[in-house]
Amino acid sequence: MATHERLGTKRLVVGAHYGTLDFIVQRCTAIIMAVYTLILFFGFIFSSGMSFETWQHLFVFHVGALPVGQLLATLAFFSLAWHAWIGVRDIWMDYVTSAGLRLFLQVLTILWLVGSIVFFAKILWSL
Amino acid sequence: MSDSASKPRPQYRNLSVPQILSYRLPLAGKSSILHRASGALLFLCLPLVIIPLFGRSVTSAESYASIQEWTSNPLCKIVLLVLIWGYLHHFCAGIRYLTLDLHVGNDKVTAQKSAGVVFGISLALTVVFGLKLFGAW
Repeated sequence: MATHERLGTKRLVVGAHYGTLDFIVQRCTAIIMAVYTLILFFGFIFSSGMSFETWQHLFVFHVGALPVGQLLATLAFFSLAWHAWIGVRDIWMDYVTSAGLRLFLQVLTILWLVGSIVFFAKILWSL
Repeated sequence: MSDSASKPRPQYRNLSVPQILSYRLPLAGKSSILHRASGALLFLCLPLVIIPLFGRSVTSAESYASIQEWTSNPLCKIVLLVLIWGYLHHFCAGIRYLTLDLHVGNDKVTAQKSAGVVFGISLALTVVFGLKLFGAW
């Protein structure tokens, strides 16, 4: 079948559906961050006093031996980094037409985000 | 085929800054480009402003209190207010996109209205947090 006849449902599907994965990941990570934002916001607003202790407690509280506060914050931050990677990569793909420059900016983006993860994790897990 | 090969089609690339600024986008278009701009802003400020500020806020009662000192500089207050707006706009416009993905409100009239709601809620919340930031209450 010639390429121009493979239209609609007959189209040749190739690759590993990276675009579909990214589309779904961007939305799932958005929902995770939105829910976590609301947990933090209402956890702080409806705490007695809105003080440093109640704010810090949101990130360090344990359930039994499990450091749930730190785990939730870490998971939310991983969501943030993955979400930001997809969004910023989209910006480079839309506006930067030179393949070399785009690759350079994409590598820079990954370094920026991985560095942010480590920076955040260091602060969070030394509490 | 031979026609287009001998005479290349003219390209119109309207990418100069005055042209971009003169575009009259509908409200949904404004919400969309600001969604992208606010996302890029938050990405850039993440390790420069947001994480250091988070660190101060959770490390100790002293560092928590020192944020108030840091924000006594009006320039820092404005930076913080822009970031607050960026987060709120990205949040509200993002929720609108999630509903659009679920095929809720995709017709022209509803989509324009929901873009208006995004601006209404995000700007109103920015004003509320801004008043708190500048010590109105």
